[in-house]
Amino acid sequence: MIKRFLSLEWKSFFRAASFQADLAIKILMVFGALSMIITFLSLGAFTYFIIKKSTNSEPFELINRFILYYFVFDLVFRFFMQKTPVMNIRPLLYINIKKDTIVNYTLGKSALSFFNIMHLFFFIPLAVVLCVEGFSVFGVMTWLVGMLATVLTINFINILIDKKDVVFYSIAVVFITLGALQYFGWFDATNYTVYYFKGLYDYPWMVIIAIVVLILVYKIVHNFFKSNLYLDAGLSTQHDIAKSQHFDWLDQFGTLGAFLKNDIRLITRNKRAKSVIIMSFLFLFYGLLFITGAIEAYENPVWKIFGGIFVTGGFMFSFGQFVPSWDSSYYNLMMSQNIPYRDYLSSKWWLMVIVTLISAVLASFYLIFGWKVYLLVLAAAVYNIGINAHIVLLAGAFTRTPIDLMSNKNAFGDKKAFNFKTLLLIIPQILIPLALYYLGIAFFNDLIGLLFVALAGVAGFAFKGYVFDKIEHIYKTQKYETISAYKQKN
Amino acid sequence: MIQVKNLSKTYNGTTVLNINELEIPKGQSFGLVGNNGAGKTTFFSLLLDLIQPSTGMITSNSIQINTSEKWKPFTSAFIDESFLIGYLTPEEYFYFIGELRGWNKADVDSFLVKYEDFFNGEILNNKKYLRDLSKGNSKKVGIVAALIGEPEVVILDEPFANLDPTTQIRLKKIIKELADDPTVTILVSSHDLQHTVEVSNRIVALQKGEIVLDLVPSSETLKELEAFFAA
Repeated sequence: MIKRFLSLEWKSFFRAASFQADLAIKILMVFGALSMIITFLSLGAFTYFIIKKSTNSEPFELINRFILYYFVFDLVFRFFMQKTPVMNIRPLLYINIKKDTIVNYTLGKSALSFFNIMHLFFFIPLAVVLCVEGFSVFGVMTWLVGMLATVLTINFINILIDKKDVVFYSIAVVFITLGALQYFGWFDATNYTVYYFKGLYDYPWMVIIAIVVLILVYKIVHNFFKSNLYLDAGLSTQHDIAKSQHFDWLDQFGTLGAFLKNDIRLITRNKRAKSVIIMSFLFLFYGLLFITGAIEAYENPVWKIFGGIFVTGGFMFSFGQFVPSWDSSYYNLMMSQNIPYRDYLSSKWWLMVIVTLISAVLASFYLIFGWKVYLLVLAAAVYNIGINAHIVLLAGAFTRTPIDLMSNKNAFGDKKAFNFKTLLLIIPQILIPLALYYLGIAFFNDLIGLLFVALAGVAGFAFKGYVFDKIEHIYKTQKYETISAYKQKN
Repeated sequence: MIQVKNLSKTYNGTTVLNINELEIPKGQSFGLVGNNGAGKTTFFSLLLDLIQPSTGMITSNSIQINTSEKWKPFTSAFIDESFLIGYLTPEEYFYFIGELRGWNKADVDSFLVKYEDFFNGEILNNKKYLRDLSKGNSKKVGIVAALIGEPEVVILDEPFANLDPTTQIRLKKIIKELADDPTVTILVSSHDLQHTVEVSNRIVALQKGEIVLDLVPSSETLKELEAFFAA
């Protein structure tokens, strides 16, 4: 049976419309994965020695203390990045396959995800180093098994978080509370967890605990999935109570207003689109990492503009990248109705500009860190509006991945609007302002650097007409390919 | 109104549609029948420039469909659910289409009054988004939306499918009224021979992409069609 499932997976992967179109992105993703593997490998191989050299404490003790943060970070990372396993379950329900088999397969598939494999590259070299350094081989083995069991446990907890909001909120509350307690120095969770993680080595029988926890979590997730394998439970679509909203004040903008109205409804009524708003709100605070010096690598002044771009550009990047894919489910209507492309594009552009401006106002709390910091945010905002708004729309014109707005309604659907691809496409939009700012600093001072960035943004305005013509042209020439790509639902 | 010349559509060497010559005069109620894969939806998609013809062309009101977009203001269609915006309520959807076609809210409201019967109380003010409507109900929305803005060419693909018997009868009445309007050219496709005979004043049968019958309905037409498809 597993063999048949695998062949289904294989076919759905290689027959997807996006497979060919996004080959370049796939290659980039492979590079990304490789660089991550190398990072993890070297972390695993050298952590022990680095700790030994730079501190007086016993490295293994310290690793066991801070491994908690490693796992917490892993969970957060997975929450935003990892897609929960999707399988086209509906057609399998009435076929002669045991429900247990379906669920086991779906969950088993997730265990093989890159997000789990990644950790092998950290823990295995680390375990080798420990053995070489004279730790008991048996103890290191049980410790390693314990760590990997924990990784898998996190994998399954993440799946549950994704499906059940209760789990998400309770875990978030626990994390925030512990984080706050630690920050104010009242309670340090690592003081206690260190006994557990170290114990996996000191008392090899403790590995049973890790395995039992893993089995328990697996059972819970399994039961949750299984009990939801009904058309009117996990596989059903919930019906929201709809309320018509007319936004009459937008009528004065004519057709542009009509599109803006729909975009507002699109964002507020589809979870997939809603997460874009949440992301852009979180990005508002991204700059804090740079300004507070929380991360050493960000101390470099040039990196500050990187942060500045994201403070106001979060929405632009996560929304604009997928224009016109947001409208993919009714693209045929858009293509045959009486719609001028320009108004359609303008409405998306205005939406991005308005949200960027709102973000710039909200970001005024950066004034706490000095007027120069806020000036940086503003210069980056000008650049975002003048240049990046055009680039994301241009990039979007080539993105032909249909977005299933309703998929989040389905317990087995995909809930993430934010993925690797979005991140990768951002790269070219960031490098130019970094370079401009660098030039400014190198030859004059940081204010001139900011001026360069802002001027580039203002200059970008002048090209709005030209870029819109270009995008319009792409839309027209790619029209038939786009229509047929959007027909295919992932 | 609509002229088709040497039109063909080929996918990987298989010709799915091949129409040498077809003229649909203004005001005609044009019924298209045929089995699955006969090319009905392909023809309608070509009429709406959703796919590209392999050879030949279609002109609508002397405008070539795949090179100009000027046919859009006077053409409207409902082909399938990809013409519905799932996250809108039916009202919002109607207003949106209205705005695209130059109608304000009041225009749309007074237009919708005529279709209260057809909606059977299941569409308006129902606190549901289009994505949550049943197939039949979303079809009702799509069909009525295709009539907004006084289009001169109306294209409906399989409008009778998924509708309950009462609604089918009401839809027939709506299509017949449109057919009586000399300014509206209406194209309807169907698997159901009887419905098509009832609402059309010309019936064309497609088979494997070719026109095999071209009739003006009379009392004998239904038998003729049945005999043809039974063979």
